[in-house]
Amino acid sequence: MHALSVRQLTKVYANGVRAIDGIDLEVPRGDFCALLGPNGAGKTSLIGIVTSLVRKTSGEVRVFGHDLDTEASAVKASIGVVPQEINLNLWDKVGNIVVNQAGFYGLPPARARQRAEVCLKQLQLWDKRDETARTLSGGMKRRLMIARALMHEPRLLILDEPTAGVDIEIRRSMWEFLRALNGAGTTIILTTHYLEEAENLCRNIAIIDRGRVIERGPMTEVLAKLNEEVFLLTPRQPVDVPPSLAGFEVRLNGPQELEVAMPRARSVNDLFAALSAAGIEILSLRNKANRLEELFLALTERKGEAAPPAGRARP
Amino acid sequence: MSLRQQAVALGTLSRKEYHRVVRIWGQTILPPVINMALYFVIFGNLIGSRIGRMDGFDYRQYIAPGLIMMAVITNAYGNVVSSFFSAKINRHLEEMLVAPMSNVTIVLGHMVGGMIRGVLVGLAVTLVALFFTPLPFAHPFITLSVFLMCAAIFSLGGLINGIVAKNFDDVSIIPSFVLQPLIYLGGVFYSISLLPELAQQVSRLNPILYLVNAFRFGMLGVSDVPIGFAWAMMLASLAVLFATCVLLLQRGYRIRE
Ligand SMILES: Nc1ncnc2c1ncn2[C@@H]1O[C@H](COP(=O)(O)OP(=O)(O)OP(=O)(O)O)[C@@H](O)[C@H]1O
Ligand SMILES: [Mg+2]
Repeated sequence: MHALSVRQLTKVYANGVRAIDGIDLEVPRGDFCALLGPNGAGKTSLIGIVTSLVRKTSGEVRVFGHDLDTEASAVKASIGVVPQEINLNLWDKVGNIVVNQAGFYGLPPARARQRAEVCLKQLQLWDKRDETARTLSGGMKRRLMIARALMHEPRLLILDEPTAGVDIEIRRSMWEFLRALNGAGTTIILTTHYLEEAENLCRNIAIIDRGRVIERGPMTEVLAKLNEEVFLLTPRQPVDVPPSLAGFEVRLNGPQELEVAMPRARSVNDLFAALSAAGIEILSLRNKANRLEELFLALTERKGEAAPPAGRARP
Repeated sequence: MSLRQQAVALGTLSRKEYHRVVRIWGQTILPPVINMALYFVIFGNLIGSRIGRMDGFDYRQYIAPGLIMMAVITNAYGNVVSSFFSAKINRHLEEMLVAPMSNVTIVLGHMVGGMIRGVLVGLAVTLVALFFTPLPFAHPFITLSVFLMCAAIFSLGGLINGIVAKNFDDVSIIPSFVLQPLIYLGGVFYSISLLPELAQQVSRLNPILYLVNAFRFGMLGVSDVPIGFAWAMMLASLAVLFATCVLLLQRGYRIRE
């Protein structure tokens, strides 16, 4: 049974925007999964549907096997959500906010107060419990929303850009915290624009673009895919079987077109040496346009936010 | 979520609303108390002495039940509409929407919140009224049941307004352009028997007339309308409004995209 399973999900907003365009996604129990994607990709809409804030247009959502359509209460009870936008009652006291949230999940007052102490201490907000939320800094508000989401000890925690606008030190301590939480058994899904964040935290990743999942898998595999460059080659003589070139993945798109995936660590010279050795003469070469590639560049070239990890810099 | 957990959620929401009313008592309890005192000074003492008796009662005594109802209506309504609408606009309504509390619980919690405000204000203004005029409480059960039903009905009305409202104008339009006129024309200050026949017929279409008169019947023992009918009408409105609220939440109307 998966923590989250989404099938053929679509969402068309009242204004006609197709925010989710047939998403299939499965997140195993205990997973730490990143949803990565550019602005407007549909991440928040997806989370909105899973957390009952947005109504789906069609498709199926299951959380720990419970169907959102027929067992909404069980679905809601097992999820904790940290939204992208601050949605705190700023005039309420920090302590009241978390205790009331627990009450809405059915935790009796005494238990709610216990949990409040635990959660607020975990997020370093215990000494702020009698302050109104309005007096907290942006980073503290974000932590308060995390504490609020954890009050009922959800089995699945969903965070929508939890580290946006949070300084690097707090970001790292949040990462630590989330890692520990995941280690203790909570399934975590988070959205982020930072590849670095996903790489640091997550086992699995789904890249969402224009309402679709365009890439999905273990972090390392997706990174490996990002880590290669794909060329389309036109040979002088037609080729009928794909030649085997050591260290390169070769596919035949037709007698006049070879598709070669080259790890970025290797050079084009290596490729041509291998081709010459195989007796293939190449007339022309071009780069295969690749949306994943474009996204990857967009996601890593945001200056100062997430430097591309070593070894992946372009030649 | 079990029934016991729903009860916990309901308790949480009601307590939250109660604390809000008490915390900002200067905005919630005090203004109607001052209003009440002014009505008594102006209409009761200054003008009332010229009006003489109405339906056999001293004018101050006659208007007291209607004025109390007026305070209950506007405060119960205002409490829920402002609390729900601000939660919606500031998005902390999402705290309830993501939680497994049922829609019935959400409606009940807001209704209880509005009733708490209506009842606290109602009691406060009743004390003010007693300072100016004695009130016999002729039928205590009718008095109490009408008092509570009225608070509940207008809490639910306020909730519908809060759900449907898209902006702050929508929040103030109904109270000032519908509720206020209906209250003033609902027999708070006069017996409709003083009106010409046609105006009497039109007045009978005003639901608030029945509330005010039922409450006056409870307190003083006189009414312009049949009490059984008024009571049944209130019960029916309560049921219809409650069902409407639950239905609107179920559909996610203007709440869930
Ligand atoms: N309430 C709404 N009504 C109409 N369109 C909406 C609504 N919310 C989102 N959209 C549209 O749906 C698309 C997906 O938006 P969404 O917020 O899900 O993206 P996102 O991946 O979370 O983006 P970001 O990274 O900027 O947070 C966008 O085109 C957006 O304009
Ligand atoms: Mg978003």
